Amino acid sequence: MNIYRSHVLICGGTGCTSSKSDKLQKEFQNLIQKKDLDKEVKVVRTGCFGLCEAGPIVIVYPEGSFYSQIKLEDVEEIVEEHLLKGVVVKRLLYKGAISEEAIKSIYEVDFYKKQERIALKNCGVISPEDIYEYIAFDGYMGLAKALTEMSPEEVIKVVTESGLRGRGGAGFPTGLKWNFAAKATGNEKYVLCNADEGDPGAFMDRSILEGDPHSVIEAMSLAGYAIGSNQGYVYVRAEYPIAVQRLQIAINQAREKGLLGKNILGTGFDFDMEIRLGAGAFVCGEETALIASIEGERGMPRNKPPFPANKGLWQKPSLINNVETYANIPQIMLKGVDWFKSIGTEKSSGTKVFALGGKIENTGLVEIPMGTPLRKVIYDIGGGIPNGKEFKAVQTGGPSGGCITADHLDTPIDFDSLVALGSMMGSGGMIVMDEDNCMVDIARFFLDFTVEESCGKCNPCREGTQRMLEILERITEGKGEVEDIDKLERLAKTIKDTSLCGLGQTAPNPVLSTLKYFRHEYEAHVIDKTCPAGQCKALLDYFITDKCKGCTKCARVCPSSCITGKVKEIHSINNKLCIKCGACMEACPFDAIILK
Amino acid sequence: MGFKFDWEENKEKIETLKEVIEENRSKKGSLMPVLHRAQKIFGYLPIEVQSIISEELNVPLAEIYGVATFYSQFSLIPKGKYQIGVCLGTACYVKGSQSLVDKVKKELNLEVDGTTADGKFSLQATRCIGACGLAPVMTVNEDVYGKLKSDEIPKILKKYMD
Repeated sequence: MNIYRSHVLICGGTGCTSSKSDKLQKEFQNLIQKKDLDKEVKVVRTGCFGLCEAGPIVIVYPEGSFYSQIKLEDVEEIVEEHLLKGVVVKRLLYKGAISEEAIKSIYEVDFYKKQERIALKNCGVISPEDIYEYIAFDGYMGLAKALTEMSPEEVIKVVTESGLRGRGGAGFPTGLKWNFAAKATGNEKYVLCNADEGDPGAFMDRSILEGDPHSVIEAMSLAGYAIGSNQGYVYVRAEYPIAVQRLQIAINQAREKGLLGKNILGTGFDFDMEIRLGAGAFVCGEETALIASIEGERGMPRNKPPFPANKGLWQKPSLINNVETYANIPQIMLKGVDWFKSIGTEKSSGTKVFALGGKIENTGLVEIPMGTPLRKVIYDIGGGIPNGKEFKAVQTGGPSGGCITADHLDTPIDFDSLVALGSMMGSGGMIVMDEDNCMVDIARFFLDFTVEESCGKCNPCREGTQRMLEILERITEGKGEVEDIDKLERLAKTIKDTSLCGLGQTAPNPVLSTLKYFRHEYEAHVIDKTCPAGQCKALLDYFITDKCKGCTKCARVCPSSCITGKVKEIHSINNKLCIKCGACMEACPFDAIILK
Repeated sequence: MGFKFDWEENKEKIETLKEVIEENRSKKGSLMPVLHRAQKIFGYLPIEVQSIISEELNVPLAEIYGVATFYSQFSLIPKGKYQIGVCLGTACYVKGSQSLVDKVKKELNLEVDGTTADGKFSLQATRCIGACGLAPVMTVNEDVYGKLKSDEIPKILKKYMD
């Protein structure tokens, strides 16, 4: 085996691939070969490093030098200076990796130092397309231990005692689920993985599949052993081509090495799995809808009970967990219950991965122990709000969740505390909003989403969400009335109480939660006909400031001829005639036109 | 819409589709994988293609039509040569991606989910594509444009015009 003196790790997650990290890899390999370094330096394409804001990311080991936003033309300098001469290229380092002339390694950067990685342990560390790298990091050891030393009951006992709860949304105890599926009678059972990550702004499941697919395969095999199943299905969003591709490579490699298929590790246990693609329906993240979709039907939820554990895929007992939940299991098997329970809070053990997005400096994936205060996530790890703006709220749980305001920033985050605040963990999307975001508009945005994604099976969700959306549209267009707020609340309650599945039951949450914390914004829209955040176009007026140079461009594009003024003099808008099309603002070369 | 399915021109593709169906026939729940492959082969799922699948898999056409229209990834009309996607995931939305959609609509005189008459451009408001670090994001086929402002759009579209 060749020992390399240096490794160049290039992020191959979707975010960095979007900014051409695949081309960076080729360029590195090309130049390294040219300089005759290919026996000394190895280039590895890894999964997501997490700090997507800094992408494309390149890390050079053994130093752990953290290069960010690398362009194709920067590669030569890194090869020439760092790899050949051993001098770190300071100008290309991530800004948080340099302090007072001292250079920090990736592990010392604030963003990473404050995290605790279990589910993302291997992401950005190993090549996801090489099973040996996974094995070198204790991969498949948990499975080997279970198959050779433990009974299926003992495996379930470990999962139960670890206190692991489902990372996909509601936080149902995983061990209990495994127990139900194990107890269900039937000779044919299925292990399903829910990788239909539909919550907009959440991408942890994708990153795990892209960065560490074997951890999911190992966990599903473990689950198969525990409940007595020989066949697994991973249901992945078709929008995740890289994840699908890497998972398929991983499945093939595991089969080749006898870690999937017949007689795994010579123990007589058989287990195999297959990928099934979704086709862009959010509701398929609901477990019974997902099952319907694998069966080749429209992804519509079914009544529960019977629960999937008793009658799931093809009416057979089925165990269904999400990607992140599975990714925790091999390590729990290996390191034990006490280790896992030592992390997190009493009722929510372990960690949770969050996808930070929106108005925050460090967009990306963070994994933190349960119970970490929100403030730490947003300010210490996330780096706070950009452009000196004021923090307004953070939205968790996507279209099923709600928002958390500045007053609650010190709440320790776990499943139960978020529910108590009227939001939910969901899959872990965390969208930060600043003073410029209108909360009524955000509620409208989420309702727009649920209306589109409602499958139409049950009336309250199909019709009710539509009516709620219409009211919200009215309000944001300045046509709202005071009674509309009450109507929204009434509708919300009915929809919550009477919808068939989780989608409908949680769809009103974004409205209820914004009403709870930002009622004054709703009132400003319906009573004063203003949008305090300056987002809802219909409620704003256009003004020309003294930046105006009198170039007449705005007056020429105005379709209603409401702009007047002489050449080289400040123009003005007659708001009575203005139709608020925004053409003037777009045309102004001096940014002199503002909305107020 | 004036998109016509030409049996003669699609002869080879139909053969490929039949092979795909053969491969998947014994699979449980084969409809979705077959539809995915069919869309890849033809670029969309016209009613003619659905009929072939219906006959070969012995599944009622109504059921296939139901599935094909239920999932947003399946399209019943051909997509443009350049498929524009503007991400309307939450992270992109709070950073103003709605103005990107509006701008593309205006520039190309195109509605969301529509295709221009010359078959050149189609526009989709996509769900989160996961490039939240680049928000707001627009894609044109494989090209990704991140941290975009609406006034940059005409220049980008121009690249694909000729």
